[in-house]
Amino acid sequence: MSRAPGAVVRRQRPLPSIVAITALFAVAASLAVPGFTTGPNLTNVGQQTAILLMLSMPMTLVIMSEGLDLSAGALLSLCGVVLAKLLVAGSGLPLALLASVAVGFAFGIFNGVLVSVLTLPPFVVTLGTLGIAQGAALVVTDGNAVTGIGPAAASFYALAPLAIPISLVIALAMWAITHVLLYHTRFGNGVFAIGGNRDALVLAGAPAHRYHIGVYAIMGAVVGITALLLVGRMNSGHPTVAIGMEFDAIAAVVLGGTAFERGDGRLYGTVFGVATIGIVRNALNLLGIESSMQVVSIGVLVLLVILLDSWRKEKGRAAP
Amino acid sequence: MTALRDRFGDEAVAFALRLLLIAAVGVALAVFTEGFLSAANILNVLRQASLIFLLASGLTLVLLAGGFDLSVASNLTLAACLAAGVMQATGSPTFGALTALGCSTVAGIANGLAVTLLRLPPFLATYGTLWILQGLAFQYMGGNEIYGFPAGFRQLGTGFLWGVPVPVYLMAMVLVLGTLLTRKLNIGYEIYAIGANPVAARLSGIPVRRRQLLVYTLSGLMAGVAALVYLARVNSADSGIGEPLLLPVIAAILIGGTSLFGGVGSLLGTVAGAIILSLVINGMNLLNVRSTWQPLVVGAVLLVAVLADLASRGRRERIG
Repeated sequence: MSRAPGAVVRRQRPLPSIVAITALFAVAASLAVPGFTTGPNLTNVGQQTAILLMLSMPMTLVIMSEGLDLSAGALLSLCGVVLAKLLVAGSGLPLALLASVAVGFAFGIFNGVLVSVLTLPPFVVTLGTLGIAQGAALVVTDGNAVTGIGPAAASFYALAPLAIPISLVIALAMWAITHVLLYHTRFGNGVFAIGGNRDALVLAGAPAHRYHIGVYAIMGAVVGITALLLVGRMNSGHPTVAIGMEFDAIAAVVLGGTAFERGDGRLYGTVFGVATIGIVRNALNLLGIESSMQVVSIGVLVLLVILLDSWRKEKGRAAP
Repeated sequence: MTALRDRFGDEAVAFALRLLLIAAVGVALAVFTEGFLSAANILNVLRQASLIFLLASGLTLVLLAGGFDLSVASNLTLAACLAAGVMQATGSPTFGALTALGCSTVAGIANGLAVTLLRLPPFLATYGTLWILQGLAFQYMGGNEIYGFPAGFRQLGTGFLWGVPVPVYLMAMVLVLGTLLTRKLNIGYEIYAIGANPVAARLSGIPVRRRQLLVYTLSGLMAGVAALVYLARVNSADSGIGEPLLLPVIAAILIGGTSLFGGVGSLLGTVAGAIILSLVINGMNLLNVRSTWQPLVVGAVLLVAVLADLASRGRRERIG
C-alpha cells in the first residue's frame, strides 16, 4: 500500500475553540465598537494583521516541532535596520531584501543547529540570539532610527493589486506556501514527527536534523521578508521597533490550539488566532485603550482559551 | 581532571574552576585597563554582582526544580514601579517595600499555579506573565519616571556598612539562608530530586506540585527584594527598569553551573556566575565600550555558558 507523502491518517478532532471565539469577537466588535465595520478600518485591520500573519505561519511550524523562537522580534528589528541601511547606501530594493533575508536565514540556521544538533532548549537558545540580534541592531545604528531611505520601500508597501494591500497579499501567499509545506511534503510530515516522536523519525531513516534546522531557517528567512513590510510601513528602520512582536505571534499560535507537545496543531487555527488578535487590538485601539493594556488583554485571553481547551478535552475524555 | 573530581567531588572542582575564571578575568582587567584595581571599583563590581544574584537566586531554585521563570525581570519592573509610586504618594519606605514584595510574590504564585494547576510548560507560562507584568508596568507609569526617594531607603542600594556596600550583605544573607534551605532541609533535597527526575520524585512521595509552587513563589519574592535594592541604587523608576537584567541574570546562573535540565547546581555557583558577569560588564565600561554592545556580548556569553553546560554534562538523551 503506498501513500502520497502528505497523506498521513489523522484522527478526527473537534474544531479548535478559537473558531467560535473569532466569530464572537468579530460580532461583538462590529456591534459594540463604533467605526469598526467601516471599509477603511477593515482595510486597516488587514494591513496591521499582515505582519503578524507572516510571523505566525513559521512560528506555528516552530511550536509544532516542540520549539519556540523568542528571537523573532529582535531579529525583525535587525533585518529592518539592515534593509534600511542598504537603501540609504543607494542599493536597489531587491538587493536590500536579499540581504535582509540572508541575515534572517543565517540567524535561523544558527538557532536550528543549536536546537537540533546540540539538543539545547529552544527558549534559551533563542533568548541568547535575541540578545545578539538586538545588540547587533543597536550597534549598527548606534541606537538611532535609520531615515532617508528613499521612496522604494514605501511605494512598494503602497501597492494594492485588485484593491488588496500588498502586505496582505504577501501574508496570504505565505499562508498558502506554509500550508503546502506542512500538509503536502515530506518536510511537513517531518515537522509533525519532530514534535511527536523525534527518535522514531531518526530510526525511520529520515533526515531529522535537516527538517529541524529547516524549521528555524524558514522562520528566519520569513522574518527577513517581513522586514520589508515593516520598513515599508514605517518608511524607516528602527533598532528596537519590533521587540515583543514575537509575543503576538506566539499568542496567535497558542490561541489557535497548537500544543507545545506531540506535534499537535492545525495551521488554520493559527490564522484564526491571528484574526482574533487583529480584531482585539483594533477594537481596543478604537476604544482608546493603550498598547500596553492590549498586551495584558491578549495574555489574559490566551490563558482563558487554554483553560477552555483543557476543559473541553477533559469533557471529551469523560464522555463515553 | 577525573582524578580531581574523584578526590574532591564534582561540585568542588566546578566551583574551583569558577574561582580560577574569576581570577583570570580579574588579572586580565588589571593588566589591560586602568582603574580596575581600586577599592571603589571592586566594591562597585560586588554591588553589581549582588543585584544580579538577588534576582537570580529565586530563579536558581526554580531551575534546580527543573522549571524556568522568564518573568523575573518584568516582575522586578512592576514591583519597582509600584513601590516608587507608593513611596511618592505616602512618603513611607515601609509601605513601598511591602507593596513591592507583595506584588512580586503574588506574581510568583500566579506563575506557580500556571505551571502546577494548568500544567503549562514553564517557559510558556512565564513568557506570558513577562508581558502581562510588563504591560501593567507600562500602563501604571504611562511613560513617566518617578525619582527621588528618602535617604534612609536609598541606603539599601547605595549605603556602606564597615566599608562594604549594603547589597553585598544582602547577597551574603540570601546565600546563607538559601544554602541552608537547599542543602540542610528536606525541602532542599526534594527540590533537587524533582529537578533530577519528577516522576521518580512523585513516586517517592514528594509533594511535587507544592514544592514547584514554593520555588516560583520564592522567585517572585526575590524579584521584589531585588526591585527594592535596584530602586534604592538608581533612585528612579520607569517601565523599562528591569528589562536589561533578564539576559545577565540567566547568563549568571548558567555560568555558575546550574543546569537548564534541573537537579544540578547551587546558589554558591550563581554567586560566582554573578561576579564573573559583573567583571565582564565592568571591564566593558572601563574599556569604554559603548553600552549598545552590552546585549550582544551578554547574549553571546549566555550561549557560550549553555554550550559549556552541555559539554560538561553530555548531551540530552536523544538519538541522531
